[in-house]
Amino acid sequence: MSRSLRALLLCLLVLGGTGLPARSAGLIADLSNHLVAITSGFAGVDVLLFGAIDEPGDLVVVVRGPERTQPVMRKSNVAGIWMNTARMTFERVPSFYFVASNRPLSEIASEPVLRANQFGVENLGIALPSARAGGRAATEWREALIRNKQRQGLYVRETASVALLGQRLFRTSVHLPSNVPPGLYRAETYVLQDGQVVAAQTTPLSISKLGVEADLYAYAHEQPAAYGAIAVLAALVAGWLAHLLFRRS
Amino acid sequence: MQIYLPIAEMSVNVFLLLGLGGAIGFLSGVFGVGGGFLMTPLLIFIGIPPPIAVATQANNVIASSVSGSFSQWSRGNVDFKMGLILLGGGFAGSTIGVAIFSLLQTLGQIDLVINLSYVVLLGTVGVLMLIEGTRALLRRRRKIKPGKLHTHTWLHGLPLKTRFRRSRLYVSALLPFVIGFAVGILSAIMGVGGAFVLVPLMIYLLGMPTAIVVGTSLFQIIFVSVNVTFLQAIQNQTVDIVLALLLTIGGVVGAQFGGRFGARLPGDTLRLMLGILILGVAVRLSLELVVPPDDRYSLGIPS
Repeated sequence: MSRSLRALLLCLLVLGGTGLPARSAGLIADLSNHLVAITSGFAGVDVLLFGAIDEPGDLVVVVRGPERTQPVMRKSNVAGIWMNTARMTFERVPSFYFVASNRPLSEIASEPVLRANQFGVENLGIALPSARAGGRAATEWREALIRNKQRQGLYVRETASVALLGQRLFRTSVHLPSNVPPGLYRAETYVLQDGQVVAAQTTPLSISKLGVEADLYAYAHEQPAAYGAIAVLAALVAGWLAHLLFRRS
Repeated sequence: MQIYLPIAEMSVNVFLLLGLGGAIGFLSGVFGVGGGFLMTPLLIFIGIPPPIAVATQANNVIASSVSGSFSQWSRGNVDFKMGLILLGGGFAGSTIGVAIFSLLQTLGQIDLVINLSYVVLLGTVGVLMLIEGTRALLRRRRKIKPGKLHTHTWLHGLPLKTRFRRSRLYVSALLPFVIGFAVGILSAIMGVGGAFVLVPLMIYLLGMPTAIVVGTSLFQIIFVSVNVTFLQAIQNQTVDIVLALLLTIGGVVGAQFGGRFGARLPGDTLRLMLGILILGVAVRLSLELVVPPDDRYSLGIPS
């Protein structure tokens, strides 16, 4: 329990530190929910990002999960059997990536601007060190990583839409699937005018396991021997109870 | 109703898991086997990561073999001396098996090895059972006398000969130890109790009476799966208690109904049906190995 409390405190601290709905140059944005709790009934959730802008402009919303080191494997046919034969490791891969905009990204800004700000899955700053793979092969590995992430539902398949109300108010809905990796997320809101970013704001979003789920996970990793003993004991008792329950009937 | 599995880090429908446990429990009650060889592939099929499916299924095997072994024990169908030697081998084998499992996981080949072991093992056992079952059916029809009860082979010339009173056997202690060792490795890598390999080996290789075989194999499977669960929890942190408990609840209920249903069927018909079932799983899994995958690329575990 103390762990979940600590997570909550940490989250509050972070929120307090960056200032809740921080203002920057005519932009104000916030999330409907700053703490997503993964509890036993968790089946994914939609978080609403909303806000207002002072002057008319284009809006791009990006949500990124914590960065991880992500291995990717490639199968090939060896003597009639498909097996993993090659492996590449990508550094600093966002575990989750979502992007939304009020109109197609290609209409909002030029290719270099999109790439510099990492707008859109194809512009994500994930690349293999050139020593390990280059050219055609590197692109293929990168595309495979993105494709697999999309299949898991952790990267958006296509840019979602930001709804603009009267050129001032905006909102978009971010879907977090049930397999969303826990951690500290960043929801970034950008305002663009004439293809250039003129205002930006970052709002933290904490996704953490709470309650029994968090305790079990922490226990399994921090006290593996005790966890194993409990798992064994629970199964022994369950088997014995089943025997007692059905002996007479 | 969805439930979040804390170790697998995904949510699954509760009734799907209870139903899966119940269906496999029913089959295991009918055929008198643990059913791990069906459960682990099914768990992987519904999207549980293979390492977690294997380790959690080992935990589930404990519960089903405990409830099954009580009745065998009370009927005196356990050869403890034989069981303990099998167990010695089983402990050594399963400890090495879990270490192999960890190694394969870091090499990224664990899925392949799990799949291959299933195909080879289930394929062999399934074919043998089909042959044996068909022969038994024919024998019953034609009323041919069975052959010699006991034949002497080189196996009987091994050292360390020991008398097993309960099984009415006089064989080398090395034999059950090696059998236990081999099955121990399998149960660690495949997440099965291993009864479907252990039982035929005890009957055909050791020549134990069938009545004693079931009780004795259950006795040793309890301890080997305890060892596997414990080691998997320590080395790989892949045992999901929530998943295991849901499967166990479904499983024990299903097994009761299955047991009653199975009691009404003749033994050789049962063996034939089990052979077909095992072979079916083997064919299904071998397709995954030979059919070109939709995507040649897949993701490893992030760190």
